[in-house]
Amino acid sequence: MSLAVGALPGLTRRAAARRGIGHLVRRFARNRLALVGFIVFVVIGLAALLAPWAAPFSPVRTDFTATLQAPGPRHLLGTDELGRDVLSRIIFGSRASLEAGVISVGLAIAAGLPLGIIAGFYRGRPDDLLMRLTDAMLSFPQLVLALAVAAVLGPGLAKAMIAIAVVLTPVFMRIMRAQVLTEREREYVDAARALGAADRRIIWRHLLPNSLAPIVVQGSLNVAGAIITEATLSFLGLGTQPPTPSWGSMLNAGQQYLSQAFWLSFWPGVAIAVTVFAVNVAGDGLREIWDPRTR
Amino acid sequence: MTRFAVRRLLQMIPVLFFVSVIIFVLINLVPGDAARLFLGEEAPPDALAALRHELGLDRPLYVQYLRWVGGMLRGDFGHSFKDNRKVLTTVLQKVPVTGELTIAALAIAWTIAIPAGVVAAWRRRTAVDYSASAAALTGLSIPNFWLGIMLIYLFAVHLRWLPASGFVPLGQDPVLNLKTIVMPAFVLGIVLAAVVMRQLRSSMLEVLSADYVRTANAKGLGERVVLVRHALRNAVIPVITVMGIQMGTLFGGAVITETIFALPGLGRLTVESIYGRDYPMLEGVVMFSAFAVLAVNLVVDIVYSLIDPRIKLAGSGP
Repeated sequence: MSLAVGALPGLTRRAAARRGIGHLVRRFARNRLALVGFIVFVVIGLAALLAPWAAPFSPVRTDFTATLQAPGPRHLLGTDELGRDVLSRIIFGSRASLEAGVISVGLAIAAGLPLGIIAGFYRGRPDDLLMRLTDAMLSFPQLVLALAVAAVLGPGLAKAMIAIAVVLTPVFMRIMRAQVLTEREREYVDAARALGAADRRIIWRHLLPNSLAPIVVQGSLNVAGAIITEATLSFLGLGTQPPTPSWGSMLNAGQQYLSQAFWLSFWPGVAIAVTVFAVNVAGDGLREIWDPRTR
Repeated sequence: MTRFAVRRLLQMIPVLFFVSVIIFVLINLVPGDAARLFLGEEAPPDALAALRHELGLDRPLYVQYLRWVGGMLRGDFGHSFKDNRKVLTTVLQKVPVTGELTIAALAIAWTIAIPAGVVAAWRRRTAVDYSASAAALTGLSIPNFWLGIMLIYLFAVHLRWLPASGFVPLGQDPVLNLKTIVMPAFVLGIVLAAVVMRQLRSSMLEVLSADYVRTANAKGLGERVVLVRHALRNAVIPVITVMGIQMGTLFGGAVITETIFALPGLGRLTVESIYGRDYPMLEGVVMFSAFAVLAVNLVVDIVYSLIDPRIKLAGSGP
């Protein structure tokens, strides 16, 4: 995580040096859908941060006089089998989803970048070994590998995030390796080397900042996937544990009351879909401003 | 052609080796003792020791690994902790269910994605294109377990048209089989349809701007002929590769849909062996699924080389 965050200013400095950061922002904002996605994502992020103030009720306080109430003026999205307010639980549940999305991708980037750099910069044996390893990891169905890792680690949000990060690491490693392989042949790297720059300096000052755009794009799209995977793991009982609300575990619990209380299954899914949609369109927007083919 | 296939087949060996290492390491990281899991908490110590010896758990890890891999090479994937049945027998029993589900999902995905992708590219930047692309993005954003539950609510609970869950084999009652498979196949197919549609749209756009399409148009060929016979034929090639890559996603999706709709396939077996801590079964089913994904990718690559002569030249030499 620190790697990505620490190096990001380098990216903006370089990518924006010629055209200005404002130019990139304007390009992004011109894509209306991407802008809407970004705003929705920010709103959901604020709701997660400010959940104790944003939620009308406690997400865990039970009220046995008001179980399975249909959506109405008091409980806008209804109540669950223990009389807990569904809206409040959805607002608090955004925390698990966003944490899982952002942190697991961050962990995967933190692990994948150095490995990708080692493979791409030094080539040879380590590269061969790491590539065969990623081949193997990528040949697992992603969800099955995440399930297997989560099963080994045991249930819990933090463990689910590690499981997702493990599955995503080879993806970032591959991208970083490919970037380094092309960038290291560029003339500016030769120039830096001719000036006597050490490998470390070349990697930190040149290769990393110039390779970050595709990582950021891929990362943003993987956040969407990670949110769905966390919800899936929680739905299967391997992610966030009750009574902490998460959208996946709410869906799991609501499933039993499908015929009496449809809303218990409906709203958490809407929350997931809206969040993932927002991240997807924002990610698409990022890709468009950075990918020369779509310009 | 044969040389290409053989070479690709040989490339699978190191990958499968690493796959087996990953699974083995992963399962051995599980805290606790397999013998205790098998016999229960109150088992007498000498029975535990005997079983440990029998399962080879008292041997060094590399010996255990070699025994496991050696067994698999002879078709022996070990025995289930739960019912002591052969892992491979159970896994193979589940293959037809997941196979049928996957094929039905693929059929649904292609039926939706091909017309949508072609029309979206053909009518680029029109309302049709925007709605098709938005629909695809929505399809990618909806969690499949939620879609499954919503369909169950609508068609099983509310309208009572279809059974909520369960499975009837095709050979037993084709109509009932169709009724039990249509919802899960739709859930599984819809995400794939979104992926295929997006891929097809972008490769159609590329192809439509190619010279031979302009030539075909200039010759005065009908728009439909150019679209289908010239453009689609070429645009579909990269989509096939994506299909290979998507096999893993498809299998992951099967885990979810089979769990929700209670289909007795490989996906549900995966989840059940996780819940039941049936590690030999989990090892077997994960190994098998990775193998299946690799095998399908191999077939896709070969099909691809048959469709596109350029690949064949690069792969097998003169």
